[in-house]
Amino acid sequence: MKYIDEFRDGELAKNISANIAREAQPHGPARSPLLNPLPQAGEEAIESLREISSGRTYRLMEFCGGHTHAISRYGLVDLLPANVRMIHGPGCPVCVLPIGRVDQAIRLAREQGVILCTYADTVRVPASDNLSLMRAKANGADVRMIYSTQDALKVARENPQREVVFLAIGFETTTPPTAVAVKQAEAAGLKNFSILCDHVLTPAAMHAILSVEGGVALDGFVGPAHVSTVIGSKPYEPFADDYGKPVVIAGFEPLDVMQAILMLVRQINEGRAAVENEFTRAVTREGNLKAQELVAEVFELRDMFEWRGLGSVPNSALKLRPRFAAFDAELKFNVPYVAVPDNKACECAAILRGQKRPQECKIFGTVCTPENPVGSCMVSSEGACAAHYSYGRFRESV
Amino acid sequence: MSTVKPNYTRPLDIKHGRVDMSHGSGGRAMAQLITELFAAAFDNEYLAQGNDGALLPAAHGRLVMATDSHVVSPLFFVGGDIGCLSVHGTLNDLAVMGAKPLYLSASFILEEGFPLADLKRIVESMAQASREAGVPIVTGDTKVVEQGKGDGVFITTTGVGVVREGIHLSGDLARPGDKILLSGTIGDHGMAIMSQREGLSFSAPIVSDTAALHGLIAAMLDSGVQLRALRDPTRGGLATTLNEIAKQSGVGMMLHESAIAVNQPVEAACEFLGLDPLYVANEGKLIAICAAEDAPRLLQVMRAHPLAAQASIIGEVVQDAHGFVQMTTKLGGRRVVDWLAGEQLPRIC
Repeated sequence: MKYIDEFRDGELAKNISANIAREAQPHGPARSPLLNPLPQAGEEAIESLREISSGRTYRLMEFCGGHTHAISRYGLVDLLPANVRMIHGPGCPVCVLPIGRVDQAIRLAREQGVILCTYADTVRVPASDNLSLMRAKANGADVRMIYSTQDALKVARENPQREVVFLAIGFETTTPPTAVAVKQAEAAGLKNFSILCDHVLTPAAMHAILSVEGGVALDGFVGPAHVSTVIGSKPYEPFADDYGKPVVIAGFEPLDVMQAILMLVRQINEGRAAVENEFTRAVTREGNLKAQELVAEVFELRDMFEWRGLGSVPNSALKLRPRFAAFDAELKFNVPYVAVPDNKACECAAILRGQKRPQECKIFGTVCTPENPVGSCMVSSEGACAAHYSYGRFRESV
Repeated sequence: MSTVKPNYTRPLDIKHGRVDMSHGSGGRAMAQLITELFAAAFDNEYLAQGNDGALLPAAHGRLVMATDSHVVSPLFFVGGDIGCLSVHGTLNDLAVMGAKPLYLSASFILEEGFPLADLKRIVESMAQASREAGVPIVTGDTKVVEQGKGDGVFITTTGVGVVREGIHLSGDLARPGDKILLSGTIGDHGMAIMSQREGLSFSAPIVSDTAALHGLIAAMLDSGVQLRALRDPTRGGLATTLNEIAKQSGVGMMLHESAIAVNQPVEAACEFLGLDPLYVANEGKLIAICAAEDAPRLLQVMRAHPLAAQASIIGEVVQDAHGFVQMTTKLGGRRVVDWLAGEQLPRIC
């Protein structure tokens, strides 16, 4: 495929891989553990100390599920030296959706008899009572998988006698299309259409990861691709300026990811922390201003939103502005949000912060599998645990 | 003078008519549908016996029996339709067992209101596929369900075939060191269906690969190569089928991504919908496993057949206590090619 194959070139990948191996210093100056306190205990801490004592390690978080997917699908870990470790972040929209939010959607479909429209991989997210939207559908709820918000509007137009609710989830990438749909519904006077708004914000989640007391075991971020086309590179500047963590925005193709890793290694080696942009073919500093205006017109900040794995994070999600209240399913129907705690044994919170690896979770691969996900990281193939389960398990047996 | 009028039945109005409940009631309407549509199209001596079952001559060799239900939507797609698909599906299930297919049965569940013109197209497509394969449809059944209780038409076909002496193919015979061969590109059928369902169009349309494989398989068996296992990677795609064999044989596999061919429009559609072609259905491809020393000759025989001109050796069977199917990627890394978890669903981001 033209314009895609160029970014999947095996020969170029080898070159970048060789550069990373050369520049990532396994025997470089050891960092003082005090500068980078390690909150975890046990084996992991010992391993981390071993890594530090033998030289520099590079713990890089790819925030987005799209990057996680590329790393897993192309086996990029094999192209990185042992002291460059990728940590899968929380940038997977279905993974961070808390149980209580899915419960709301299921209740809408089962108790209020609405047609619930949803993006496809949301249907598998585990909810309370051993349900998911897929299982609710099998039990008779009218749940429809759609590819775009336009499909949801179409369902509403074709079923004027039924209430149609769109489960609006996702980061800044999927928010503008939801805003468009709400405005179109308003213009067309579509009274049977509303949205259950679960749109979340990337920078807020990154703050939540970094602001943990005692610091985190992270040296830099591979910054989002599609999200950044909308918000630009500017919102990441505080992570470099205030937290001292380099950020390199990268496209979702494997060579993009490799190049971004090389750029991060260079920044870390030089002791710099800046926001750099590998994805210049799509991302500018300011982003897509028209999309930003549209989103600002339709949505406003929620004071608090619960993330699966990260807990309650202030100013991290959006809700409809009062002007669009008629399209807000939470106001239109009686489905209050009820928080549901995650499984106690689930280590998603530590995994999302890079403090633990999936295989260090007790229930990984036993109770919690892609067929029966317990924690958020196992839900979508973009989640850290599912990616490791589906693509990377063989590394454990080596 | 007799006043009994001669028997006359007005022919079926194929052009405007629709299936109604009487077509499944066992009365004259059903008899007429069978005579004018099914029997006329499938015409053969066994069906012409007109009894509840077909009386078949004694077969020589071990018998193989296979059955397959077909519920595809849309019913008509680029490269085929539910009719020829239902014939190919069962023929291929027999053929990958090493059998020579002999007879087929066909059972129809029709939804009230289904246009007779569409039914005729489907039945004629089945008849043509069966004629081309040289395997007659010798018995059948028709039921009608009320509107809303079916999806137009469901077809179940069952086939019987014989395996000659000396042939034993099974998914539990793969051994470390064996080679894995694939007969051509992957994902064509599944993406032909899916792109039509989603209204995606490409400058070159995606054509389903639905085809009967018993001719190709006969050539492979006649080559004298000792085959261990054959499978057609239908639902769940190449990845699922290889995982099944790995599990049955208690081995692992190492595939090479660069050896697995994907047609460009298929690759593009998969990219667009966020799907992996390794998990997309095929209806005219096969996987063969044989000893390493036999692989070059088997590949030659396969490539000489029009249905496997793009055949390639895609990997090896390896020893692996965990039974992982792995793949070296085009980028030079490795990944697990796992069982499909649930349904393959598009990703959001």
